[in-house]
Amino acid sequence: MAETQTYNYAPKDFKSDQEVRWCPGCGDHAVLNAVQKALTELGIPKEKFVFISGIGCSSRFPYYMNTYGFHSIHGRASAIASGVKIANPDLSVWQITGDGDALAIGGNHFIHAVRRNVDLNIILFNNEIYGLTKGQYSPTSKRGLITKTSPFGTVEEPFSVGELVIGAKGKFFARTVDANVTLSTQIYIEAAKHKGASVIEVLQNCVIFNDSVHETVTGREVRDDRTIILKHGEPMIFGKDHDKGLVLDGLKLKVVKLGENGVSENNLIVHDAFESNPGIQYMLANMRYPEYPVALGVIRSVPGHTYENDVAEQISTVQKDAKIKCMDDLLKSGNTWKVE
Amino acid sequence: MIKNSQAIKREEVVIRFSGDSGDGMQLTGTLFSDTAALYGNDLSTFPDYPAEIRAPQGTVGGVSGFQVHLGHSEINTPGDYADVLVAMNPAAVKANILWVKPGGTIIFDKDNFTEKNLEKAGYKSDPVKEEKLETYNVIAAPISSMVKEALKDFGFEPKSVLRTKNMFALGMVYWLFNRKLKYTEQYFEKKFQNKPEMIEANKVALRAGYYYAETIEALNPVFIIEPAEIAKGTYRNICGNVATAWGFIAAAEKAGLKLYIGSYPITPASGILEELAARKDLGVKTFQAEDEIAGICTALGASFAGNLAITSTSGPGLALKSEAIGLAVMAELPIVIVNVQRGGPSTGLPTKTEQADLMQALYGRNGECPVVVIAASTPSDCFHYAFEASRIALEHMTPVLLLTDGYLANGTEPWKIPEMSELPEIKPPNADKKEIPFLPYKRNCETLVRSWAIPGTPGLEHRIGGLEKTLKGTVSYVPENHEMMVRLRAEKVAKVADSIPDLEVHGEASGDLLIVGWGGTRGYLMTAVRELQTDGFKVSFAHFNYINPLPKNTEEIFKKFKQIVVAELNMGQFADYLRMNFPEFKYEQINKIQGLPFTIKEIKDKCIKMLEGN
Repeated sequence: MAETQTYNYAPKDFKSDQEVRWCPGCGDHAVLNAVQKALTELGIPKEKFVFISGIGCSSRFPYYMNTYGFHSIHGRASAIASGVKIANPDLSVWQITGDGDALAIGGNHFIHAVRRNVDLNIILFNNEIYGLTKGQYSPTSKRGLITKTSPFGTVEEPFSVGELVIGAKGKFFARTVDANVTLSTQIYIEAAKHKGASVIEVLQNCVIFNDSVHETVTGREVRDDRTIILKHGEPMIFGKDHDKGLVLDGLKLKVVKLGENGVSENNLIVHDAFESNPGIQYMLANMRYPEYPVALGVIRSVPGHTYENDVAEQISTVQKDAKIKCMDDLLKSGNTWKVE
Repeated sequence: MIKNSQAIKREEVVIRFSGDSGDGMQLTGTLFSDTAALYGNDLSTFPDYPAEIRAPQGTVGGVSGFQVHLGHSEINTPGDYADVLVAMNPAAVKANILWVKPGGTIIFDKDNFTEKNLEKAGYKSDPVKEEKLETYNVIAAPISSMVKEALKDFGFEPKSVLRTKNMFALGMVYWLFNRKLKYTEQYFEKKFQNKPEMIEANKVALRAGYYYAETIEALNPVFIIEPAEIAKGTYRNICGNVATAWGFIAAAEKAGLKLYIGSYPITPASGILEELAARKDLGVKTFQAEDEIAGICTALGASFAGNLAITSTSGPGLALKSEAIGLAVMAELPIVIVNVQRGGPSTGLPTKTEQADLMQALYGRNGECPVVVIAASTPSDCFHYAFEASRIALEHMTPVLLLTDGYLANGTEPWKIPEMSELPEIKPPNADKKEIPFLPYKRNCETLVRSWAIPGTPGLEHRIGGLEKTLKGTVSYVPENHEMMVRLRAEKVAKVADSIPDLEVHGEASGDLLIVGWGGTRGYLMTAVRELQTDGFKVSFAHFNYINPLPKNTEEIFKKFKQIVVAELNMGQFADYLRMNFPEFKYEQINKIQGLPFTIKEIKDKCIKMLEGN
């Protein structure tokens, strides 16, 4: 297997000769760095990486990668990436997309790629705004957000990416923050190793049109108390002083303080990303500040059939006993007659 | 078996089977055509389905028909008017009587002519009087009661017994055309392998019909249609959609590539996806997408990954695919888009035929966005043009739009099976593995075609996309670069003209009138022209399969005729296209927009009028 082979890549080997043109301070730069780092750890030769994107700021990503890449059309990256992977399952296929690209114009393709469980690594840059078109609200913008197309505030309920992924029968969902390159790198590696559609939501900052949108949660001073990094098999502890945790209170999650009311680490929920029943993962994915910390890390990672594998297997099963082996056989099959 | 004195020889004959959608008329028609084909007749068929899956029983809206045209000479169309109509109920008479030749034979199930059924069909009185059926040779056979009698010992439910009515009717038609029952009986044996009683019951019904026809004198004389003089070889019956699917498989084999189709079901194109989905034995990957857009986009992904990539659709679906076709033009990736045209606009007439998507195929995209457009013209040549579309797409790194239509898709005809060794190799412009760094938009100086570097190939990593690029693949907004790239892409498509055959003229190379057609109308136009020529008119015929680019000798041919008339099933889209390309000629038009093919008579009448007005 390719995984056993090592390649001595450095992140710079994945940098293309193109000048990166995102705005200074844009969260995309950090995502690019983390991805380039992650690729060095996968044991996959460079020529097997393919980056597919749609349209939006983040979709410029493939140009900055020294790999095979295809910058396509708005919303369709999931479909194009699916085609690449099905045509050649040997490739490591990455889809770069945003909240508008994946959840508005491309919503249909996104949910179906997730449902089919095509082995794609989908990095969804969520900045809750349309950046490339200069500041209109997106399907993840919070209700009431004032933008150019919602001068009096939006009256729409936003999508929650994790909820949508689980609703679409998704098997892998993780969340990270653009600036946290270490966590992001780990997550990209895990996503790449997961067989099936892996969706990674990146809480990404748009410095121009929605600056500091995630700051209340991800700000340097507050992030430890307002986010929780989930690790499979570990109790759910968070807080600057590691003094807070999550317990199950009836059918709901509840934040508790360790040491108070006799609560100890043993009372906390242990994260099980591999559990196929998405009940708790669903609640974790939907936690919102201030009631809860926002969950980061791999929230759900469940093995399952992958589409491209099943297609390939079906073909080889049929071919084993097939009487028709080539086009000439097909042409002569069934009812034919000779004219002498 | 029959006495010659009772038989008359005919060059050709048209039979239309019709009944309720549940009466099995498509199967009956297919079995009849198979028998005719195995006997050696040339033939052409056309099924006519109702648009509704199960329209109310007994109504005109629920009538399903299957027309077979068979002959001793070359048959190019399913025929205009029927010599024999088989009608299983009053609605079938009502729906088809206009299409029966004066004095033709009408066989109907008189048991079904109940008051209730007559009312459902919209008859106020006896249809024999209402439709003046006495001028026809009417055989009112008690088909339902006869099968009940014939199958009484089988112990079947009355409903199952009545399901064999169509076989009784088929038996009658076999007698009428002096055909053997053998092939149809073999079909029963194969179809009902594990149900011996079903084999027997169907055989009994078929034979009962045959003997009944023999017994009643009304079916004399019997028609004799000698086998056709056709080229030696092995033949099979094939419909347009299957031929299209097979053309793609053949092309993939000749190119040494895997075949991928991404499509969304749509009438009348679904048959292509269905046939390819069944071809796992040949390694075909089929993807039933969530929508039309995903159909083409996954195909484009597969093309990027190095497969022969196809998407199939019909008019409204093509509209949805426009943006992705633009991307394929920009990325210069090979892909074939099949549009099985139907009546439009919008949902239009989904089960009927039309040629009104030509302009959409040529121009229905944003920007300067040329694609190769080719059109098939008979059910069986869909194979050839699907192969050609693939060849051009792969060798010229361009999207190719292949136009067929509902009539070709479902129509069948005998087809001389080719040997794969007779077909040309397809050679995609694979990138040289040593050409590092790979420049995605560097072109072959002669053909202007770029090279194809497949992901997975070490050293050829590159990026493509929908933004305008330089030769190197770098995004560029430089005005001169954009103009240069637009012109290069257009010229690349124009240069495909160097690798397509010349336009042929059927008939004299010069004369009074050149009839011009394209796509699926070929059979009708060809037959009309031959008949006009026999009548002494100086008429020739040129039929286009290559629409963009046009064959290089088009102008030369047009020059030699006094008049040019363009016949097409739309308001004149090809005529307008020719006006734009060759404005020096004057073009008359014959147009029809009824969801139906031309009839030979209407073509002839209009041409004669034109010639006489000259």
